[in-house]
Parts: sequence; C-alpha cells; structure tokens
Amino acid sequence: MTVIKMTAAEVARKVIENKELFILDVRNKDAFEDWKIEGHSFDYLNIPYFDLLDGVDEILPKLPTDKDVLVVCAKEGSSLMVAEMVSEAGRDVFYLEGGMKSWSAYLEPIKVGNLTGGGELYQFVRLGKGCLSYMVISEGEAAIIDAVRFTEVFTNFAKEKNVEIKHVFDTHLHADHISGGRHIAEATGATYYLPPKDAEEVVFDYTPLEDGLTVKVGASQIEVGALYSPGHTIGSTSFIVDSKYLLTGDILFIDSIGRPDLAGLAEDWVGDLRETLYRRYRELAEDLIVLPAHFMIIEELNEDGTVAKRLGDLFAENHGLNIESEEEFRHTVTDNLPPQPNAYEQIRQVNMGKITPDNDEQTEMEIGPNRCAVR
Amino acid sequence: MSLKADVQLDCKGLACPMPIVKTKKAMNDVSDGQILEVQATDKGSIADLKAWSESIGHQYIGNKEEDGVIRHYIRKSGDDHESEKKFEQTITNEEVIDRAANGGIILDVREQAEYAFGHIEGSKSIPMGELEDRLDELDKDQEIYVICRTGTRSDLAAQKLAEKGFTKVYNVLPGMGSWNGDLSKKL
Repeated sequence: MTVIKMTAAEVARKVIENKELFILDVRNKDAFEDWKIEGHSFDYLNIPYFDLLDGVDEILPKLPTDKDVLVVCAKEGSSLMVAEMVSEAGRDVFYLEGGMKSWSAYLEPIKVGNLTGGGELYQFVRLGKGCLSYMVISEGEAAIIDAVRFTEVFTNFAKEKNVEIKHVFDTHLHADHISGGRHIAEATGATYYLPPKDAEEVVFDYTPLEDGLTVKVGASQIEVGALYSPGHTIGSTSFIVDSKYLLTGDILFIDSIGRPDLAGLAEDWVGDLRETLYRRYRELAEDLIVLPAHFMIIEELNEDGTVAKRLGDLFAENHGLNIESEEEFRHTVTDNLPPQPNAYEQIRQVNMGKITPDNDEQTEMEIGPNRCAVR
Repeated sequence: MSLKADVQLDCKGLACPMPIVKTKKAMNDVSDGQILEVQATDKGSIADLKAWSESIGHQYIGNKEEDGVIRHYIRKSGDDHESEKKFEQTITNEEVIDRAANGGIILDVREQAEYAFGHIEGSKSIPMGELEDRLDELDKDQEIYVICRTGTRSDLAAQKLAEKGFTKVYNVLPGMGSWNGDLSKKL
C-alpha cells in the first residue's frame, strides 16, 4: 500500500476543521509527553521508532482502518521509515513532512474581522507552538504585532495583500519564542517598536513604545493605540486596534493569565500584574475582543481557528481574573508555576540581539510548548 | 582526551533514524560488558540513544561533545544483575568513604569510560580486564575496597585478588549504580 506525505498546512486544516486523525508518534516518550500535535478530534499512539526496528506487527492491530493514520517524528526520517514498514504490511499511511520541526514552524493566517473603512485584521496562528501574531491591514499599509521569526510568512502575506509594512511592534521582550519583528522592520524599512523598560539591554536601535502612543494605518486611519500593562514583563504593553480589539500580549490569555517570572522577577512584578488585570483592564470597554499572543490548549481555539474572546466574557469566565484575595493571587502566580519554556534565557538573549544563533540552533531553542501562562 | 572503547561506530552526518539503526546492528558484534563508542552529529541522537539503551537494557554511560561531534559511550548489557556474589568480605556504599580515610584504597574496576563519567574522588581505576597485569600497582598490606557498578565485576575482582594472595580485600555493595555521594570526573 502507499505512503503519502502530509504537510503541516494539511494537518493545520484538520485541527481547525475539527477533523479526525490518528497520530502514530514515534519520538521517544519524554518528547511526546512534553509536546505533541494537539487536535480536537485526534487520537494518539506513542511508540518510539527504535522499538519498531524489528517490525510493526505488534502495533498494526492498534492502528485504525476507518481514519487517516499519520506517522510523526522529530524531523521526518524516522516517521518515513516506520510509515514504509506499515505500508509494507498492507496499510495506507501518511507521514508528516519535516516532522515536528515543520509543525513548530507552521503559521496559519486567519482573518479575525473587518476594520473601519475596509481594513482587515489577521491572526497568524502558530499551532505547533501556540504563538499568535497579528497584522493590521488598511488601504495599502500594514502594522504587525508580535511577529514570530518566520519573517517571510509576513512579508509574503503583505505582498499578496499588496500592502506596505509600516509599523512593527513587540508587546514585550519575548522569552518563549524568537521575535521576527526587528528583522521584518530591517527588510521593509518599517519602524520597529519595543517597550523601553524591556529593552534596557538590547543592542540594536528601536523606537520606544510608550503608553498612549498611537499610530495610524492607511488612509482610513485605523488607530493602533498602546496601553502600558506591565506584569508579565515590566515593559509589557497592550494595543487597542480600531476601538474594537484588545491585543493583550502575554498578560491575558483566553483561559489563563501571564506569568510574572520569565525575566526572573516574579515577586517584584506580581503587583503590576494584579494592577493591570484588575484595574487597568477593568476600565476598558467590555465589548473589546481580546487577542492574546499565545494559546496554551487547543480548547482555546474558536470554531474558525482564531483565538479571540470578548473581554467581558473573560471577566466572567477566566479564573485568573476572578481571584479576589490579593494574597491568593500572589500565591497563584508565584508558587507552583509550570516549568519554564525551553531555553528561555537564551531566547531572551537572541531577542536582545546579544547572540545570533543559526537557523538550526533557533529551531532547537524553540522546541516544545510555550508555557507563558498561569492557570 | 579520548576514552577507551572496544568498538567504534561512525554515524557522523547521519540523521535520525540511522544512528540508532546502525548502533543496534553494531551491538551484535560487541561482547557483553564491552563498550561501544558511537560518533554522531545529530543532536537528537542524545535523547534517542539514551532511551533506546534503557529500553534494551544496555548501560548508557555518557557522551562528550567536541567540535560538533558527539561521542556516546554505551556498555553492552551483561548479566550483571542476576549473578550471585561469592566473595564473602563485603562492606556497604555508606561505609566505604570512612574506611578509605583510615588508609585503605578504593579500587574501581569498571571500564575507563564509566570511571570517566563519574567516580569516587581519590579512587583508583583498574578496569577488570587489566587487573591481572597490574597487580604490582596494589599493596598487599593496604585494605582494598573493590567497587564496580552493581557488585558483580568487583566480586570477581575480589576473588581474583584473594587468589593472588591479597587478604585485606572487600567488595563494596551495592556499587556505583546506587552511589548517592559526590562524583568526580577527573582522570
């Protein structure tokens, strides 16, 4: 029977369209438990490829015949080997092109909604890593917020939409993934903004992203306004786009809130985090649609694949916004935190421009889930 | 410095799954207790060779990275655990440091690579296979505490020493596999 290649884009469509898929993950157990391809209707079997070198007979009965079976490994080689063995045993089977490496890198652009005067807002969903980037488009111009390192995805998308990238923002100095913001700005001549309080150690030029700064995108003047909202980092800044959307960076997520410890200062920043979530955000219109920089679990995806929810609904439903006692809040966000993201200290160094690893090293640093939140 | 291995395998430039496929094949020609050195450049080989070794029962000793080449040291599983220990004079892991401080010597009979990835500070390394030829390095008047990973090789070594007229010999149990104290990597 045949071995068929499946791309990360095809897997992404299955996640978003809520399709069934059976994943035979042949990485070793630790890697699988730490991080895998999440889907609403996916089933899994994890057997390391090295346990299958003598044959796949033992696992054949466990592979369903009524849905697609996708073999997944870290980089592709082992999944192809196992897929060929399964195929020789008489079964149709898929393997993931480029393995988890390509899954981690794949971005799905999804339109969040229309803006005043024909503008559009797109969310770039990095399903494999849980990162969310944004592009505001209006009459020939674009602004990008929290771009990940695959800069060509953004520059090509802008070309496709026939818009010029004018402004590139990072809501904060990221610790879980490598920012593409500075490089997009360099390549396109756009202005690159970073909150100065997060940028004290950066070694490149940037435009300070201060509270109250507004930029206008396109002739219809879509407004992107900055709102200082510290707590995840000391510089963390949110954006209000077209009086309709609240881009929260890593401060507020759909089902969780930001963690204050990734720059090593949990105790110092817990007060800021409380102030932002319980006072500054409370003063905003409840009809704003929250667009975070991350999602942690697949349940946070809407039916169309976007990650977005009304601020008022989050006030009602998000546990992190409903902790009355300050003492308990402090305890929640400083004790029992989840493990820190892979290589987060090195990633901060890269985002400060202090180290410049090659592409393979960057891939290695970003392996695994993002882990920016406290639930 | 390079560590001693009985068999070397070149997997440089090979991507997953080939380092494991070749290692598995190469292990067929390695005798129990011998050490295979696998040279690889694929970083994924670290987690995979460790996990594979554990699943088979081989002893993954450790790895060293130099100039982009990762050298893995794997000792083929012997029947270390099952065999009965015959040598009667024994002491425990907990006792050995104090006893040695009173003038005895800790003799580590594991392979050089195993010793290199962690041993008791001040212990002397003579791999089991070299013991007979290196008896003149040992003092018959000194207490000798023989240690290996699980107590099996040290049991044989202690018997060998007794045969050769050493009387103050003790086998240390359960051995380095259960060592909770400090480890030195100095050679």
